[in-house]
Amino acid sequence: MIAHLLRAERIKLFSTRAPWWCLAIALVAPLGFTALFFALAGPEIPPTVGNTQLASGNGRTVLLVLAVLATASEFNWGTMRLTFQAVPSRMPALLAKVAIVGAVGAVLGLVVGFGSWGLASLVQPDADLALHSAAAWRSVLGQSLVFLFTAVAGVGVALLLRSVAFALTVVLVWTQVLEGVLVFIPGFGKHIYQWMPFHAADEFVGAGGFAAGPLGLAPAPLGPWGYLGYFVAITVALFVAGVLVTARRDA
Amino acid sequence: MIEATALTKRYGATTAVNELTFTAQSGRVTGFLGPNGAGKSTTMRLILGLDSPDAGRVLVDGVPYRQLKDPLRTVGAMLDATWRHPGRSGRDHLRWLAATNGIPDKRVEEVLALVGLTSVGKTRVLQYSLGMQQRLGIAAAMLGDPRVLLFDEPVNGLDPEGMAWIRQLLHALAAEGRTVFVSSHLLPEMAQTAQDLVVIGRGRLIYQGTMEDFVAQTSEHGVRVRTPHADRLRAALSGQAEFTEAGGAFVVSGLDSDRIGQLAFDAGATLHELSPITGSLEQAYLDLTRDAVEFAVPSPEASR
Repeated sequence: MIAHLLRAERIKLFSTRAPWWCLAIALVAPLGFTALFFALAGPEIPPTVGNTQLASGNGRTVLLVLAVLATASEFNWGTMRLTFQAVPSRMPALLAKVAIVGAVGAVLGLVVGFGSWGLASLVQPDADLALHSAAAWRSVLGQSLVFLFTAVAGVGVALLLRSVAFALTVVLVWTQVLEGVLVFIPGFGKHIYQWMPFHAADEFVGAGGFAAGPLGLAPAPLGPWGYLGYFVAITVALFVAGVLVTARRDA
Repeated sequence: MIEATALTKRYGATTAVNELTFTAQSGRVTGFLGPNGAGKSTTMRLILGLDSPDAGRVLVDGVPYRQLKDPLRTVGAMLDATWRHPGRSGRDHLRWLAATNGIPDKRVEEVLALVGLTSVGKTRVLQYSLGMQQRLGIAAAMLGDPRVLLFDEPVNGLDPEGMAWIRQLLHALAAEGRTVFVSSHLLPEMAQTAQDLVVIGRGRLIYQGTMEDFVAQTSEHGVRVRTPHADRLRAALSGQAEFTEAGGAFVVSGLDSDRIGQLAFDAGATLHELSPITGSLEQAYLDLTRDAVEFAVPSPEASR
């Protein structure tokens, strides 16, 4: 049954235009910014492997939009009801959806991660951007995991809020405003910032260090893998909450 | 077969469906009739397991919907033709839905042909007319070649040609032995389509039975009689039946036309007219559901 449902969700995702647009933007934006950073930036952005991933957050945000659209629009258009008519137990259909959207995220993350690193190497051929260390590999390959679970979070938020407008507002305000503004709250702001989910994701891929210096952040409370675990826990919790609510609610 | 037993659904303080018990037999078109807001759509959603009942239960071919494996192969339903993504083509809409229940793509082409949408299969649904959307919804319901079919207001907004097409389709599906359960708030349409009838108002059952019985039970019975021998007829009818007289014509109630004819003959009254009056079906329906209209509009006199 799950193979059937994966096929259904794959057809759904790729038979409308919005996901294709999102994917194109999610690819072009981070690669473009990375190329610009490495071509134009001075000593404030040293050419390290971690810094090749600085712009990946742009792609991550667009992926979040894709995941929200793919899920919340089904409530808006009524196709979620048709889905539940076809799969009355609901849970398998939602798992198939998160699997497909997550897989798209994982592939996108792989392309963005390697693409950003590759472009940076082309733009600054003299810099030492070779992947010698485990940390360097984590920076580049790790994007795949970060993007996968970003997609999971997007599906979860959309299941909880069930409205494209509402869910998009929440994820965009969160990623574009809240996480960045919190750090400026005097006193505890810097501590809270270190526990923001997408800051955690940045820490995992080694792209969070850029902000740490100027902001005067305390040393990171978790190591990179600890931060990944933290990020995964939050995104999976959002998805599980979304599934539980959706399975119980009248469609 | 669809069997609802004491089905009840509340939304907050409103009881949308109240102790509703009815059956829809296989091989018959069962009309599900009620004014707007009577609970028809809610009942349909309960049948399909989209909403959970607060009490009672409803079985489809003896099984609760949520226990059906690959339910599209047992029950096809069109609750709302607008349940589709406007940016997706009609064919892709059917393809994903078919895939959920492991129905092959070949069947998608078959149902597209069945509803006459093959030539616009690749067109995005936002370019479909209302009638084409309705046809797409019916194609979706037919995907699994189901034994039970549910349609919620399938003729809403259709032109007469489209209405006739749906009516013929419903008859053909029932003739193949399927259960066809179709809702409407329009009795005249239903009278031409349904063999059985379930009438609800404010979530409660008002009538269940055949369309014929419904018409017979609820029609005003009376016989219109004209005679040049009014005195003789008046004498013959007195004590036998209630009647009114106006302009040389009698309207007799309580006796059928056979009996009235015999009485007139015995009394030596020549008859110029002897015609049974059947009240209009629409009037019967309005009488029956008058107390059960959710959003009643005051009559013009009352609002003056």
